[in-house]
Amino acid sequence: MSEATPEEIMTIAASRRLRDRSTCFVGIGIPSMAANLARLTHAPEIVLIYESGTIGAKPSVLPLSIGDGELAETADAVVSTPEIFAYWLQGGRVDVGFLGAAQVDRFANLNSTVIGDYEDPKVRLPGAGGAPEIASLAKETLITIKHSPRTLVERVDFITSAGYLNGGNAREKAGLKGGPTALITDLGVLVPEEDTRELVVAQLHPGVTKVKIQEETGWDIRFLDSVSEIEPPSGLELTVLRDLLARTEAARAIKT
Amino acid sequence: MPDFTSLPDAIATHVVSGSTLCLEGFTHLIPFAAGHEIIRQGVTDLTLVRMTPDLIYDRMIGMGCARKAIFSWGGNPGVGSLHRFRDAVENGWPNAIEVDERSHAAVAAAYAAGATGLPLGILRGFTGSDLPAQNPSIRFLECPFTGERLAATPAINPDVTVIHAQKADRKGNVLLWGIIGVQKEAALAARCCIVTVEEIVDDLKAPLNACILPSWVITAICEVPGGASPSYSHGYYERDNTAYIEWDAIAKDRETFSRWMKKNVLDNRDSGDTSEGFAS
Repeated sequence: MSEATPEEIMTIAASRRLRDRSTCFVGIGIPSMAANLARLTHAPEIVLIYESGTIGAKPSVLPLSIGDGELAETADAVVSTPEIFAYWLQGGRVDVGFLGAAQVDRFANLNSTVIGDYEDPKVRLPGAGGAPEIASLAKETLITIKHSPRTLVERVDFITSAGYLNGGNAREKAGLKGGPTALITDLGVLVPEEDTRELVVAQLHPGVTKVKIQEETGWDIRFLDSVSEIEPPSGLELTVLRDLLARTEAARAIKT
Repeated sequence: MPDFTSLPDAIATHVVSGSTLCLEGFTHLIPFAAGHEIIRQGVTDLTLVRMTPDLIYDRMIGMGCARKAIFSWGGNPGVGSLHRFRDAVENGWPNAIEVDERSHAAVAAAYAAGATGLPLGILRGFTGSDLPAQNPSIRFLECPFTGERLAATPAINPDVTVIHAQKADRKGNVLLWGIIGVQKEAALAARCCIVTVEEIVDDLKAPLNACILPSWVITAICEVPGGASPSYSHGYYERDNTAYIEWDAIAKDRETFSRWMKKNVLDNRDSGDTSEGFAS
Protein backbone atom coordinates (compact mmCIF):
# COMPACT_ATOMS: atom_id res chain seq x y z
CA MET A 1 0.00 0.00 0.00
CA SER A 2 1.31 3.46 -0.87
CA GLU A 3 2.17 5.82 1.97
CA ALA A 4 -0.57 7.94 3.45
CA THR A 5 -0.91 11.46 2.09
CA PRO A 6 -1.12 14.46 4.46
CA GLU A 7 -4.84 14.76 3.72
CA GLU A 8 -5.41 11.09 4.53
CA ILE A 9 -3.52 11.44 7.80
CA MET A 10 -5.60 14.51 8.65
CA THR A 11 -8.83 12.64 7.96
CA ILE A 12 -7.71 9.61 9.97
CA ALA A 13 -6.50 11.76 12.87
CA ALA A 14 -9.87 13.53 12.90
CA SER A 15 -11.83 10.28 12.74
CA ARG A 16 -9.97 8.91 15.78
CA ARG A 17 -11.35 11.77 17.86
CA LEU A 18 -14.94 10.54 17.38
CA ARG A 19 -16.28 8.19 20.01
CA ASP A 20 -18.62 5.32 19.29
CA ARG A 21 -22.28 6.02 20.17
CA SER A 22 -21.71 9.78 20.21
CA THR A 23 -23.94 12.09 18.17
CA CYS A 24 -21.98 14.13 15.68
CA PHE A 25 -23.29 17.12 13.70
CA VAL A 26 -21.29 16.93 10.49
CA GLY A 27 -20.33 19.46 7.84
CA ILE A 28 -19.50 18.56 4.23
CA GLY A 29 -15.91 17.90 3.14
CA ILE A 30 -13.24 16.53 5.50
CA PRO A 31 -15.65 16.44 8.49
CA SER A 32 -18.06 14.20 6.58
CA MET A 33 -15.17 12.06 5.31
CA ALA A 34 -13.69 11.63 8.79
CA ALA A 35 -17.05 10.98 10.44
CA ASN A 36 -17.93 8.26 7.95
CA LEU A 37 -14.46 6.75 8.32
CA ALA A 38 -15.06 6.59 12.08
CA ARG A 39 -18.43 4.93 11.47
CA LEU A 40 -16.81 2.34 9.20
CA THR A 41 -13.96 1.58 11.62
CA HIS A 42 -13.99 2.09 15.40
CA ALA A 43 -17.38 3.80 15.86
CA PRO A 44 -20.07 1.72 14.14
CA GLU A 45 -22.83 3.13 16.37
CA ILE A 46 -21.95 6.80 15.91
CA VAL A 47 -24.98 8.93 15.03
CA LEU A 48 -24.25 11.25 12.14
CA ILE A 49 -26.51 14.27 11.86
CA TYR A 50 -26.41 16.44 8.75
CA GLU A 51 -28.07 19.85 8.84
CA SER A 52 -30.41 18.87 6.02
CA GLY A 53 -32.37 17.11 8.76
CA THR A 54 -31.03 13.60 8.37
CA ILE A 55 -30.43 11.94 11.75
CA GLY A 56 -28.36 8.75 11.85
CA ALA A 57 -27.33 8.87 8.19
CA LYS A 58 -25.23 5.93 6.98
CA PRO A 59 -24.22 6.82 3.42
CA SER A 60 -22.32 4.21 1.38
CA VAL A 61 -20.55 6.97 -0.55
CA LEU A 62 -19.65 10.48 0.53
CA PRO A 63 -22.37 13.01 -0.26
CA LEU A 64 -21.42 15.91 -2.53
CA SER A 65 -24.02 18.13 -0.91
CA ILE A 66 -25.37 18.21 2.60
CA GLY A 67 -28.74 17.12 1.28
CA ASP A 68 -27.95 14.22 -1.07
CA GLY A 69 -30.79 11.71 -1.31
CA GLU A 70 -28.74 8.86 0.12
CA LEU A 71 -28.45 10.68 3.44
CA ALA A 72 -32.24 10.65 3.73
CA GLU A 73 -32.60 7.05 2.57
CA THR A 74 -30.09 5.71 5.09
CA ALA A 75 -31.15 7.91 8.02
CA ASP A 76 -33.01 6.77 11.13
CA ALA A 77 -35.19 9.87 10.83
CA VAL A 78 -35.55 12.80 8.45
CA VAL A 79 -36.83 16.00 10.04
CA SER A 80 -37.42 19.57 8.89
CA THR A 81 -34.80 22.29 9.07
CA PRO A 82 -36.44 24.20 11.95
CA GLU A 83 -36.66 20.93 13.85
CA ILE A 84 -33.04 19.86 13.32
CA PHE A 85 -31.75 23.15 14.68
CA ALA A 86 -34.33 23.68 17.43
CA TYR A 87 -35.05 20.25 18.89
CA TRP A 88 -31.81 18.45 18.16
CA LEU A 89 -28.96 20.99 18.19
CA GLN A 90 -30.39 23.68 20.48
CA GLY A 91 -32.06 20.98 22.56
CA GLY A 92 -28.60 19.81 23.58
CA ARG A 93 -28.63 16.47 21.80
CA VAL A 94 -25.37 16.90 19.90
CA ASP A 95 -22.10 15.70 21.45
CA VAL A 96 -19.68 16.80 18.76
CA GLY A 97 -19.94 19.54 16.17
CA PHE A 98 -17.52 18.94 13.35
CA LEU A 99 -16.65 22.02 11.29
CA GLY A 100 -14.36 23.36 8.63
CA ALA A 101 -13.76 27.05 7.88
CA ALA A 102 -11.72 29.37 5.69
CA GLN A 103 -9.77 30.77 8.64
CA VAL A 104 -9.20 29.81 12.25
CA ASP A 105 -7.29 31.92 14.76
CA ARG A 106 -5.09 31.26 17.81
CA PHE A 107 -8.18 31.12 20.05
CA ALA A 108 -9.99 28.77 17.67
CA ASN A 109 -12.53 31.32 16.41
CA LEU A 110 -13.82 30.46 12.93
CA ASN A 111 -14.35 32.63 9.87
CA SER A 112 -16.52 31.50 6.99
CA THR A 113 -17.96 34.93 6.11
CA VAL A 114 -15.44 37.32 4.51
CA ILE A 115 -11.74 37.82 3.92
CA GLY A 116 -11.02 41.51 4.41
CA ASP A 117 -13.54 44.11 5.46
CA TYR A 118 -17.18 43.08 5.80
CA GLU A 119 -18.49 46.09 3.87
CA ASP A 120 -15.88 45.81 1.12
CA PRO A 121 -14.65 42.22 1.19
CA LYS A 122 -11.61 40.93 -0.66
CA VAL A 123 -13.32 37.55 -0.80
CA ARG A 124 -16.97 36.97 -0.06
CA LEU A 125 -17.15 33.48 1.48
CA PRO A 126 -20.36 31.40 1.59
CA GLY A 127 -21.32 32.53 5.08
CA ALA A 128 -22.44 31.09 8.37
CA GLY A 129 -24.76 28.23 7.46
CA GLY A 130 -25.25 26.18 10.59
CA ALA A 131 -21.82 26.91 12.05
CA PRO A 132 -22.44 29.64 14.69
CA GLU A 133 -24.99 27.52 16.52
CA ILE A 134 -23.09 24.25 16.03
CA ALA A 135 -19.96 25.88 17.48
CA SER A 136 -21.85 27.26 20.45
CA LEU A 137 -24.34 24.48 21.23
CA ALA A 138 -22.53 21.19 20.62
CA LYS A 139 -20.90 19.81 23.75
CA GLU A 140 -17.56 20.06 21.96
CA THR A 141 -16.32 21.16 18.56
CA LEU A 142 -13.72 19.61 16.29
CA ILE A 143 -12.26 21.70 13.50
CA THR A 144 -10.39 20.61 10.40
CA ILE A 145 -8.51 22.94 8.10
CA LYS A 146 -5.54 22.78 5.74
CA HIS A 147 -2.54 24.27 7.47
CA SER A 148 -1.16 27.51 6.01
CA PRO A 149 -0.31 31.01 7.26
CA ARG A 150 -3.44 32.22 5.42
CA THR A 151 -5.77 29.77 7.17
CA LEU A 152 -4.24 29.66 10.66
CA VAL A 153 -4.11 33.34 11.49
CA GLU A 154 -3.39 35.44 14.56
CA ARG A 155 -6.88 36.95 14.40
CA VAL A 156 -9.66 36.01 11.99
CA ASP A 157 -10.97 38.81 9.77
CA PHE A 158 -14.48 38.03 10.99
CA ILE A 159 -15.72 35.80 13.79
CA THR A 160 -18.52 33.79 12.20
CA SER A 161 -18.50 31.15 14.92
CA ALA A 162 -17.12 31.52 18.40
CA GLY A 163 -14.17 29.53 19.64
CA TYR A 164 -12.56 30.90 22.81
CA LEU A 165 -13.00 34.55 21.67
CA ASN A 166 -10.13 36.50 23.31
CA GLY A 167 -8.90 33.48 25.22
CA GLY A 168 -8.86 32.69 28.92
CA ASN A 169 -12.39 32.43 30.24
CA ALA A 170 -13.89 34.78 27.62
CA ARG A 171 -16.07 32.02 26.18
CA GLU A 172 -17.54 31.06 29.55
CA LYS A 173 -18.05 34.73 30.43
CA ALA A 174 -20.01 35.19 27.20
CA GLY A 175 -22.33 32.44 28.41
CA LEU A 176 -21.14 29.61 26.21
CA LYS A 177 -20.33 26.08 27.21
CA GLY A 178 -18.39 23.52 25.20
CA GLY A 179 -15.90 24.83 22.68
CA PRO A 180 -13.25 23.49 20.33
CA THR A 181 -11.31 20.55 21.71
CA ALA A 182 -9.03 19.96 18.73
CA LEU A 183 -7.97 21.54 15.47
CA ILE A 184 -6.82 18.85 13.08
CA THR A 185 -4.72 19.98 10.13
CA ASP A 186 -2.69 18.22 7.47
CA LEU A 187 0.44 18.84 9.59
CA GLY A 188 -0.68 18.04 13.10
CA VAL A 189 -3.23 18.32 15.88
CA LEU A 190 -3.64 21.50 17.92
CA VAL A 191 -5.52 21.70 21.22
CA PRO A 192 -6.51 24.64 23.41
CA GLU A 193 -4.07 25.20 26.26
CA GLU A 194 -5.71 24.78 29.62
CA ASP A 195 -5.65 28.34 31.01
CA THR A 196 -5.04 30.61 28.05
CA ARG A 197 -7.25 28.59 25.65
CA GLU A 198 -4.64 29.35 23.01
CA LEU A 199 -4.14 26.64 20.39
CA VAL A 200 -0.90 24.76 20.91
CA VAL A 201 0.50 21.79 19.05
CA ALA A 202 -0.14 18.47 20.75
CA GLN A 203 0.72 16.09 17.93
CA LEU A 204 2.76 16.20 14.75
CA HIS A 205 1.93 14.09 11.75
CA PRO A 206 4.65 11.59 10.73
CA GLY A 207 7.71 13.35 9.36
CA VAL A 208 6.44 16.89 10.06
CA THR A 209 8.91 19.11 11.94
CA LYS A 210 8.23 21.86 14.46
CA VAL A 211 9.93 24.28 12.08
CA LYS A 212 7.51 23.34 9.30
CA ILE A 213 4.53 23.93 11.60
CA GLN A 214 5.88 27.33 12.64
CA GLU A 215 6.42 28.31 8.99
CA GLU A 216 2.86 27.38 8.12
CA THR A 217 1.20 29.09 11.10
CA GLY A 218 0.27 32.76 11.16
CA TRP A 219 1.20 33.33 14.80
CA ASP A 220 4.08 32.41 17.07
CA ILE A 221 2.89 28.87 17.66
CA ARG A 222 3.84 26.98 20.81
CA PHE A 223 4.21 23.24 21.40
CA LEU A 224 3.11 21.18 24.35
CA ASP A 225 6.04 19.74 26.33
CA SER A 226 4.47 16.39 25.67
CA VAL A 227 4.23 16.95 21.89
CA SER A 228 4.59 13.66 20.09
CA GLU A 229 4.27 12.17 16.66
CA ILE A 230 0.83 10.82 15.91
CA GLU A 231 0.46 7.08 15.58
CA PRO A 232 0.70 6.39 11.84
CA PRO A 233 -2.47 5.32 10.01
CA SER A 234 -3.16 1.63 10.35
CA GLY A 235 -3.59 -0.58 7.34
CA LEU A 236 -7.28 -0.90 8.17
CA GLU A 237 -7.84 2.86 8.45
CA LEU A 238 -6.11 3.52 5.14
CA THR A 239 -7.91 0.70 3.34
CA VAL A 240 -11.34 1.73 4.58
CA LEU A 241 -10.73 5.40 3.75
CA ARG A 242 -9.42 4.63 0.27
CA ASP A 243 -12.30 2.23 -0.43
CA LEU A 244 -14.77 4.92 0.66
CA LEU A 245 -13.18 7.48 -1.64
CA ALA A 246 -13.02 5.00 -4.53
CA ARG A 247 -16.72 4.14 -4.10
CA THR A 248 -17.52 7.84 -4.02
CA GLU A 249 -15.53 8.47 -7.21
CA ALA A 250 -17.16 5.54 -8.96
CA ALA A 251 -20.66 6.62 -7.96
CA ARG A 252 -20.06 10.13 -9.27
CA ALA A 253 -18.54 8.82 -12.50
CA ILE A 254 -21.60 6.67 -13.25
CA LYS A 255 -23.87 9.68 -12.95
CA THR A 256 -21.68 11.77 -15.24
CA MET B 1 -58.89 25.52 -4.03
CA PRO B 2 -55.76 26.60 -5.91
CA ASP B 3 -55.69 27.51 -9.58
CA PHE B 4 -54.28 24.77 -11.76
CA THR B 5 -52.36 26.80 -14.26
CA SER B 6 -49.28 26.97 -16.45
CA LEU B 7 -46.02 28.05 -14.85
CA PRO B 8 -45.72 31.19 -17.02
CA ASP B 9 -49.27 32.20 -16.05
CA ALA B 10 -48.67 31.58 -12.36
CA ILE B 11 -45.48 33.66 -12.39
CA ALA B 12 -47.02 36.43 -14.52
CA THR B 13 -50.04 36.65 -12.20
CA HIS B 14 -48.31 36.54 -8.82
CA VAL B 15 -44.65 37.52 -9.03
CA VAL B 16 -44.26 41.27 -9.24
CA SER B 17 -41.05 43.29 -9.49
CA GLY B 18 -40.05 44.77 -6.15
CA SER B 19 -41.69 42.06 -4.05
CA THR B 20 -40.22 39.69 -1.49
CA LEU B 21 -39.89 36.27 -3.03
CA CYS B 22 -38.88 32.97 -1.53
CA LEU B 23 -37.93 29.86 -3.52
CA GLU B 24 -37.21 27.24 -0.87
CA GLY B 25 -35.87 23.69 -0.91
CA PHE B 26 -32.85 22.53 1.13
CA THR B 27 -30.68 20.98 -1.62
CA HIS B 28 -33.69 18.81 -2.46
CA LEU B 29 -36.81 20.00 -4.40
CA ILE B 30 -35.37 23.38 -5.40
CA PRO B 31 -37.88 25.03 -7.76
CA PHE B 32 -35.46 25.67 -10.65
CA ALA B 33 -38.06 25.79 -13.41
CA ALA B 34 -39.99 28.50 -11.57
CA GLY B 35 -36.80 30.51 -11.02
CA HIS B 36 -35.96 30.25 -14.71
CA GLU B 37 -39.45 31.41 -15.66
CA ILE B 38 -39.06 34.44 -13.36
CA ILE B 39 -35.81 35.25 -15.19
CA ARG B 40 -37.53 34.89 -18.58
CA GLN B 41 -40.29 37.24 -17.51
CA GLY B 42 -37.72 39.90 -16.62
CA VAL B 43 -38.85 40.42 -13.02
CA THR B 44 -36.49 42.76 -11.16
CA ASP B 45 -35.83 44.40 -7.77
CA LEU B 46 -36.75 41.28 -5.85
CA THR B 47 -35.84 40.65 -2.27
CA LEU B 48 -34.81 37.03 -2.59
CA VAL B 49 -35.06 34.84 0.50
CA ARG B 50 -33.48 31.38 0.69
CA MET B 51 -31.39 29.64 3.34
CA THR B 52 -28.97 28.44 0.67
CA PRO B 53 -29.14 30.66 -2.44
CA ASP B 54 -27.78 27.74 -4.50
CA LEU B 55 -27.45 27.83 -8.28
CA ILE B 56 -30.97 29.14 -8.77
CA TYR B 57 -30.33 32.46 -7.00
CA ASP B 58 -26.86 32.62 -8.57
CA ARG B 59 -28.68 32.64 -11.91
CA MET B 60 -31.38 35.09 -10.82
CA ILE B 61 -28.87 37.48 -9.24
CA GLY B 62 -26.59 37.24 -12.27
CA MET B 63 -29.53 38.08 -14.53
CA GLY B 64 -30.38 41.17 -12.51
CA CYS B 65 -33.55 39.97 -10.79
CA ALA B 66 -32.51 40.87 -7.24
CA ARG B 67 -31.91 43.97 -5.17
CA LYS B 68 -31.48 42.16 -1.86
CA ALA B 69 -30.72 38.67 -0.58
CA ILE B 70 -31.74 37.23 2.78
CA PHE B 71 -29.77 34.02 3.28
CA SER B 72 -27.60 31.94 5.58
CA TRP B 73 -25.17 30.00 3.36
CA GLY B 74 -24.32 31.21 -0.15
CA GLY B 75 -22.14 28.54 -1.69
CA ASN B 76 -22.27 25.83 -4.35
CA PRO B 77 -22.63 22.75 -2.10
CA GLY B 78 -19.50 20.59 -2.16
CA VAL B 79 -18.09 22.65 -5.05
CA GLY B 80 -17.22 26.17 -3.90
CA SER B 81 -18.41 29.70 -4.54
CA LEU B 82 -21.52 31.06 -6.16
CA HIS B 83 -19.61 33.30 -8.56
CA ARG B 84 -22.53 35.44 -9.73
CA PHE B 85 -23.62 36.06 -6.15
CA ARG B 86 -20.05 37.00 -5.23
CA ASP B 87 -19.68 39.25 -8.26
CA ALA B 88 -22.82 41.14 -7.23
CA VAL B 89 -21.65 41.52 -3.61
CA GLU B 90 -17.97 42.21 -4.37
CA ASN B 91 -18.28 44.23 -7.59
CA GLY B 92 -21.91 45.24 -8.00
CA TRP B 93 -22.38 43.28 -11.25
CA PRO B 94 -24.91 43.38 -12.85
CA ASN B 95 -26.18 45.47 -9.95
CA ALA B 96 -25.26 45.87 -6.32
CA ILE B 97 -27.30 43.83 -3.89
CA GLU B 98 -28.04 44.37 -0.26
CA VAL B 99 -27.30 41.44 2.01
CA ASP B 100 -29.15 40.30 5.15
CA GLU B 101 -27.25 37.25 6.29
CA ARG B 102 -28.16 35.23 9.32
CA SER B 103 -27.47 31.60 10.21
CA HIS B 104 -29.46 28.51 9.26
CA ALA B 105 -30.92 28.29 12.75
CA ALA B 106 -31.96 31.95 12.59
CA VAL B 107 -33.55 31.82 9.14
CA ALA B 108 -35.37 28.63 10.11
CA ALA B 109 -36.65 30.38 13.24
CA ALA B 110 -37.66 33.41 11.13
CA TYR B 111 -39.71 31.27 8.72
CA ALA B 112 -41.32 29.44 11.64
CA ALA B 113 -42.20 32.79 13.20
CA GLY B 114 -43.65 33.91 9.88
CA ALA B 115 -45.78 30.79 9.70
CA THR B 116 -47.00 31.15 13.28
CA GLY B 117 -47.81 34.85 12.91
CA LEU B 118 -45.26 36.00 15.47
CA PRO B 119 -43.13 39.07 14.75
CA LEU B 120 -39.86 37.41 15.62
CA GLY B 121 -38.06 34.13 15.94
CA ILE B 122 -36.06 33.40 19.09
CA LEU B 123 -33.03 31.19 19.35
CA ARG B 124 -29.99 30.53 21.45
CA GLY B 125 -27.44 31.75 18.98
CA PHE B 126 -24.82 34.21 17.69
CA THR B 127 -23.05 34.62 21.03
CA GLY B 128 -19.50 35.71 20.30
CA SER B 129 -20.16 36.03 16.56
CA ASP B 130 -19.45 39.24 14.62
CA LEU B 131 -22.65 38.83 12.59
CA PRO B 132 -24.98 40.73 14.98
CA ALA B 133 -22.71 43.80 14.71
CA GLN B 134 -23.20 43.79 10.92
CA ASN B 135 -26.83 42.83 10.70
CA PRO B 136 -29.62 44.75 12.48
CA SER B 137 -31.85 41.73 11.82
CA ILE B 138 -29.99 39.92 14.60
CA ARG B 139 -30.57 41.34 18.06
CA PHE B 140 -30.73 40.08 21.61
CA LEU B 141 -33.39 40.05 24.26
CA GLU B 142 -33.68 38.81 27.80
CA CYS B 143 -35.93 35.92 28.67
CA PRO B 144 -38.56 37.33 31.07
CA PHE B 145 -38.61 34.07 33.02
CA THR B 146 -34.97 33.06 33.33
CA GLY B 147 -33.06 36.19 32.39
CA GLU B 148 -31.13 34.30 29.70
CA ARG B 149 -29.88 36.41 26.83
CA LEU B 150 -31.35 35.05 23.60
CA ALA B 151 -31.00 36.01 19.95
CA ALA B 152 -34.03 37.39 18.13
CA THR B 153 -34.57 37.78 14.42
CA PRO B 154 -37.55 39.27 12.57
CA ALA B 155 -40.10 36.91 11.06
CA ILE B 156 -39.90 36.28 7.34
CA ASN B 157 -43.22 36.74 5.54
CA PRO B 158 -42.64 36.58 1.79
CA ASP B 159 -45.13 38.09 -0.63
CA VAL B 160 -44.79 34.89 -2.61
CA THR B 161 -43.25 31.53 -1.77
CA VAL B 162 -42.58 29.05 -4.56
CA ILE B 163 -41.83 25.43 -3.74
CA HIS B 164 -41.52 22.24 -5.75
CA ALA B 165 -43.19 19.05 -4.50
CA GLN B 166 -43.56 15.50 -5.70
CA LYS B 167 -47.33 15.32 -6.02
CA ALA B 168 -50.60 17.18 -5.90
CA ASP B 169 -54.03 15.62 -6.06
CA ARG B 170 -56.81 17.02 -8.22
CA LYS B 171 -58.21 19.02 -5.33
CA GLY B 172 -54.87 20.71 -4.92
CA ASN B 173 -53.50 19.04 -1.78
CA VAL B 174 -49.71 18.85 -2.03
CA LEU B 175 -47.44 16.07 -0.76
CA LEU B 176 -43.70 16.25 -0.34
CA TRP B 177 -41.27 13.82 1.25
CA GLY B 178 -37.57 13.22 1.81
CA ILE B 179 -35.53 16.22 2.93
CA ILE B 180 -38.35 18.70 3.42
CA GLY B 181 -36.28 21.64 4.63
CA VAL B 182 -38.35 24.70 5.55
CA GLN B 183 -40.90 24.42 2.76
CA LYS B 184 -43.89 24.02 5.03
CA GLU B 185 -42.94 27.06 7.09
CA ALA B 186 -42.02 29.11 4.01
CA ALA B 187 -45.34 28.24 2.37
CA LEU B 188 -47.40 29.11 5.43
CA ALA B 189 -45.45 32.33 6.08
CA ALA B 190 -46.23 33.70 2.62
CA ARG B 191 -49.23 35.66 1.42
CA CYS B 192 -49.26 33.62 -1.77
CA CYS B 193 -47.90 30.15 -2.43
CA ILE B 194 -47.13 28.68 -5.85
CA VAL B 195 -46.29 24.98 -6.04
CA THR B 196 -44.76 23.19 -9.00
CA VAL B 197 -45.18 19.41 -8.86
CA GLU B 198 -43.77 16.37 -10.60
CA GLU B 199 -47.26 15.04 -11.22
CA ILE B 200 -50.92 15.51 -10.46
CA VAL B 201 -52.59 12.31 -9.29
CA ASP B 202 -56.04 11.11 -8.27
CA ASP B 203 -54.94 9.97 -4.84
CA LEU B 204 -51.84 11.03 -2.90
CA LYS B 205 -51.79 7.67 -1.09
CA ALA B 206 -49.96 9.44 1.72
CA PRO B 207 -49.39 7.84 5.12
CA LEU B 208 -50.86 9.57 8.14
CA ASN B 209 -48.65 12.44 9.38
CA ALA B 210 -47.03 12.86 5.97
CA CYS B 211 -45.97 16.38 5.02
CA ILE B 212 -49.08 17.60 3.26
CA LEU B 213 -49.98 21.18 2.47
CA PRO B 214 -53.79 21.33 2.24
CA SER B 215 -55.24 22.80 -0.93
CA TRP B 216 -56.67 25.86 0.78
CA VAL B 217 -53.24 27.28 1.72
CA ILE B 218 -52.01 27.09 -1.87
CA THR B 219 -52.63 29.74 -4.51
CA ALA B 220 -51.54 28.02 -7.71
CA ILE B 221 -50.34 24.59 -8.79
CA CYS B 222 -48.35 23.95 -11.96
CA GLU B 223 -47.47 20.50 -13.19
CA VAL B 224 -43.80 20.75 -14.12
CA PRO B 225 -42.12 17.33 -14.26
CA GLY B 226 -38.37 17.79 -13.81
CA GLY B 227 -39.04 21.21 -12.31
CA ALA B 228 -36.40 20.78 -9.61
CA SER B 229 -33.54 19.72 -11.90
CA PRO B 230 -30.52 19.95 -11.45
CA SER B 231 -31.65 19.65 -7.82
CA TYR B 232 -33.61 16.46 -7.28
CA SER B 233 -37.03 15.05 -6.55
CA HIS B 234 -36.81 12.10 -4.21
CA GLY B 235 -38.48 9.13 -5.90
CA TYR B 236 -38.37 10.74 -9.35
CA TYR B 237 -34.81 11.71 -10.26
CA GLU B 238 -31.45 12.18 -8.59
CA ARG B 239 -29.46 15.31 -8.01
CA ASP B 240 -27.43 16.18 -11.12
CA ASN B 241 -24.14 16.59 -9.27
CA THR B 242 -22.30 17.00 -12.57
CA ALA B 243 -24.38 20.07 -13.39
CA TYR B 244 -23.46 21.54 -10.02
CA ILE B 245 -19.78 20.87 -10.63
CA GLU B 246 -19.92 22.26 -14.18
CA TRP B 247 -21.71 25.39 -13.00
CA ASP B 248 -18.49 26.53 -11.33
CA ALA B 249 -16.74 27.18 -14.65
CA ILE B 250 -19.87 28.55 -16.33
CA ALA B 251 -20.57 31.09 -13.61
CA LYS B 252 -16.96 32.17 -13.11
CA ASP B 253 -16.95 34.34 -16.19
CA ARG B 254 -19.61 36.98 -16.91
CA GLU B 255 -19.69 36.33 -20.63
CA THR B 256 -19.77 32.54 -20.38
CA PHE B 257 -22.56 32.91 -17.87
CA SER B 258 -24.58 35.27 -20.06
CA ARG B 259 -24.22 33.00 -23.10
CA TRP B 260 -25.23 29.96 -21.05
CA MET B 261 -28.28 31.74 -19.67
CA LYS B 262 -29.37 32.88 -23.13
CA LYS B 263 -29.05 29.40 -24.59
CA ASN B 264 -30.43 27.39 -21.70
CA VAL B 265 -32.90 29.68 -19.99
CA LEU B 266 -33.90 32.73 -22.05
CA ASP B 267 -34.26 30.85 -25.34
CA ASN B 268 -35.33 27.57 -23.85
CA ARG B 269 -38.05 26.39 -21.57
CA ASP B 270 -37.21 23.85 -18.87
CA SER B 271 -37.33 20.30 -20.19
CA GLY B 272 -40.33 19.22 -18.17
CA ASP B 273 -42.28 22.43 -18.63
CA THR B 274 -44.80 21.54 -21.29
CA SER B 275 -47.21 24.22 -20.20
CA GLU B 276 -48.59 26.65 -22.74
CA GLY B 277 -47.64 30.26 -22.93
CA PHE B 278 -43.95 29.81 -23.56
CA ALA B 279 -42.75 32.30 -26.13
CA SER B 280 -39.85 30.84 -28.03
